[in-house]
Amino acid sequence: MGNIGSYDEKYKNFNWKMSEQELEYGKNGMYNLAYYCCDRICEKGNGEKMALIWEGFKGEESQFTYHDLRRYSNAFAEYLQEIGIRAEDRICLFMDRIPELYISFLGALKMGGIVQPLFSAFGEDALFTRLEDAGTKAIFTTKKHIRKIRRIRDRLPALEKIIVVDAGDKPLEKNEIPFSMKDAPKPEHFDIFRADPEAPSVLHYTSGTTGKPKGAQHVHASIIAQYITAKWALDINPDDIYWCTADPGWVTGTSYGIIGPWSNGTTQVILDSGFSSHKWYQFIEKHRVTVWYTAPTAIRLLMKDGTEAVKQHDLSCLRHLISVGEPLNAEAVIWSREAFGKPFYDSYWQTETGAIVITNYPGMEVKPGSMGKPFPGITATVLDQKTYQPITKAGTVGLIALKPGWPSMFRTYRNNREMYESKFKAGWYICGDRSSIDEEGYFWFVGRDDDVINTGGHLVGPFEIESALLEHEAVAESAAVGKPDPVNMEVVKAFVALKPGYEINADLELSIMNFIRKKLSPLAMPQEIEFVKSLPKTRSGKIMRRLLRAKEWGEEIGDTSTLEDD
Amino acid sequence: MSEEIKGMIIDYVKKEYLEDDSEDEIDENTPLISSGIVDSFSMVSLKTFLEKKFDIKIPDEKATTEAFDSVNNIMGLLKEFNIN
Repeated sequence: MGNIGSYDEKYKNFNWKMSEQELEYGKNGMYNLAYYCCDRICEKGNGEKMALIWEGFKGEESQFTYHDLRRYSNAFAEYLQEIGIRAEDRICLFMDRIPELYISFLGALKMGGIVQPLFSAFGEDALFTRLEDAGTKAIFTTKKHIRKIRRIRDRLPALEKIIVVDAGDKPLEKNEIPFSMKDAPKPEHFDIFRADPEAPSVLHYTSGTTGKPKGAQHVHASIIAQYITAKWALDINPDDIYWCTADPGWVTGTSYGIIGPWSNGTTQVILDSGFSSHKWYQFIEKHRVTVWYTAPTAIRLLMKDGTEAVKQHDLSCLRHLISVGEPLNAEAVIWSREAFGKPFYDSYWQTETGAIVITNYPGMEVKPGSMGKPFPGITATVLDQKTYQPITKAGTVGLIALKPGWPSMFRTYRNNREMYESKFKAGWYICGDRSSIDEEGYFWFVGRDDDVINTGGHLVGPFEIESALLEHEAVAESAAVGKPDPVNMEVVKAFVALKPGYEINADLELSIMNFIRKKLSPLAMPQEIEFVKSLPKTRSGKIMRRLLRAKEWGEEIGDTSTLEDD
Repeated sequence: MSEEIKGMIIDYVKKEYLEDDSEDEIDENTPLISSGIVDSFSMVSLKTFLEKKFDIKIPDEKATTEAFDSVNNIMGLLKEFNIN
């Protein structure tokens, strides 16, 4: 039995106030979530407890207690104020998974800033779109990534400060300033910004079918959901050693790589390196990780290396395993039982929900392949695609929908209220995914309800890829769709028609792939390019992306005349 | 020949995956995937490069993160296609 106890009982009697009370949220008028991630833990007498154990690729290690977290984040907050950053200014974090990334997140929130974490593998176009939309005023980065910013900063008039956290002796350029967390004064006290619970806190960009990526705006009160879901769904306790493999450039990496574990006073470990089964197992063994939150893609990569690799390590420390990002296939759950002696528990949520909304719980039967059941306090259903009314017949596929009002729900898309409002139908928030519900109330994921590509647990917008493809000198027109992939669930496939004068040759496919990888990100890079003479279009000239996608998935296309009229 | 191939792969990795002024040094033993220089998604473009350069098709089961984790590991993989 885990922290949640009886799921049925908790679901029946739950009220978000229960989480607020445990967290003492709002005590003395304090609603700033950063306070609950470090200062409160210290005030409870746990300041000497380890908050973060960080390990770099080469084995270098650093450790931070909750006292350190509090003082170091004070240093960031004070520094931001000194250089003229004010409450609600957007502060981007564009770094690999180094301690500065995690601690500056808290520091920026402490002074009232809106934190905008971005995946450090983003190329300059992806970075530009998000910084421009957010009107970002300051960005924290490292020497490794600064060139990408230099190439676009002249087109970003709002970007005043580029703060380099590892500048050392390296000469910097215009508007670039060095800041060393280690060397900065670390004030014992910082007057934390008295944010309203509804004040904006974290801004995460997510991709849609059309248009540019949208900035999902979260508020400080999100912690009410992130705290209790971390405790009940991830089942973490203060004495756990917790490892979340997600990058804070994505919502999992902030909700459950920073806010959830630290508001629970847990020790978390971070490994800043690429994927390697051996290294990952070694890391778990070395740090005696007890709770592990990772993605199905990573699990399937581990599966590829087999159970023999697992047996070379003592992983008996692992107590609870959870997965997020895309549906966890039944084979992965079964393999996990064989390899680790326990299943991975699937969890479902998205950037907009801010916290886990449907999941499997310790103590509740895991049905391999199922997403589980709604978290207490979450009313979830599937809706008829046409009427937006809940489907009552078990096993019928519909749109996953949630009753608005949970604390970590996004409050808007920045600069795009219309798009935000379009997400709500008949009093429900529509997640954009399809599933069915069985007779026992378990949700079973079916797929996306739009053209967004879910690759390795990350959503990639086809429009962004197609726009970037058109910038390649050889591309006349293109369509990007998701194609099935055994490891990443989907990968990007591009259909490309070339401009006159260009011919398909051995180097062209590679040139286009690398062009997108550098402009957008490795996730957006087409893993396959099919060269076509022309693309199927509707009568109004829109590319019939769905037709191409259906072919990739071996789905019935049916009568295309309706598509032609789209 | 093998030194030439190694040099070609190193040059490609430097050109495609590192910034121009990167301080990272790459040699035949430098971890590529586990270090994060080449992430598991970008590995596909490295695989495509090898396939096009040597006119081979590397099956998915052989395209593991381990097989691509250093230039030496890649050389081991290429050896299976009689390229060395």
